[in-house]
Amino acid sequence: MEDTASITVNGQHRRVPKGISVAELALELGLEPTKVAVERNLEVVPRSTLPQVKVEDGDDYEIVTFVGGG
Amino acid sequence: MQDQWQVAGRSFTSRLIVGTGKYKDFEQNAAAVEASGAEIVTVAVRRVNVADPGQPMLTDYIDPKRYTYLPNTAGCFTADEAIRTLRLAREAGGWNLVKLEVLGEARTLYPDMRETLRATEILVKEGFEPMVYCVDDPIAAKQLEEAGAVAIMPLGAPIGSGLGIQNRVTIRLIVEGAKVPVLVDAGVGTASDAAVAMELGCDGVLMNTAIAEAKDPVTMARAMRLAVESGRLAYRAGRMGQRRYADPSSPLAGLI
Repeated sequence: MEDTASITVNGQHRRVPKGISVAELALELGLEPTKVAVERNLEVVPRSTLPQVKVEDGDDYEIVTFVGGG
Repeated sequence: MQDQWQVAGRSFTSRLIVGTGKYKDFEQNAAAVEASGAEIVTVAVRRVNVADPGQPMLTDYIDPKRYTYLPNTAGCFTADEAIRTLRLAREAGGWNLVKLEVLGEARTLYPDMRETLRATEILVKEGFEPMVYCVDDPIAAKQLEEAGAVAIMPLGAPIGSGLGIQNRVTIRLIVEGAKVPVLVDAGVGTASDAAVAMELGCDGVLMNTAIAEAKDPVTMARAMRLAVESGRLAYRAGRMGQRRYADPSSPLAGLI
């Protein structure tokens, strides 16, 4: 499994190709990067840097969006 | 006759803010928002559904370019959770104007004012402009304002209860003491409740369940729009004094 990274996305474990960016991770999950916000290891990843930040083994991601609420 | 109100440097004409939760579907939600005339809608921040990423999204139905999205922290019970949520909301939407609510317990959804005040202080330091859900306590309201809240939003009754404004005295005292806008947030059940809030001098009313759980939400949304407008007009007109006994409207002179 040397070519994959083990990460957590919204509480669920996943394996993704090593060396991909966070923007590529979002696309791999079927998400439009401009419609979500990403937190990586408790730090918000600014949208402008999503293509630069690399996914590392052991990363913990929260990916959120707006839903109906009061 | 223009009667706009300002919050954090932004001007709005509608004094009704509506939530986007509890609707049957997105179509009904969008139609109710349209009928309400609201310019600001509250939204929640939640995990995307990674298992089904293609499902329709709120933003497909309620255009964030047309409506000001006010992200909330519903479901947060600590200042830290609320701040974390709003940092993500700011990244998702690009807005500093947010609705802070830090809840104390699930049964009443009453705010935890100690955590709310702490969160307000931190958010303001980070450049947020928090509109803050709070108890109907004039002292707590003052403290929030001093901490930098851009609007004070006391509950009229518990969230989702529809009980109407339980304490007109405290809402009026908060209005009289505040230099920032005051909006009743939570507790409105029907149109007359919204009118009462406006007649007390509130700058606006925020509601969700009263519209979403009406048998006909779109018609209720319109009723709320009219109630907020008429309550505001009555406040501006200045109501008559109250008397303990009758006072005839027809002249006493000239009676046959």
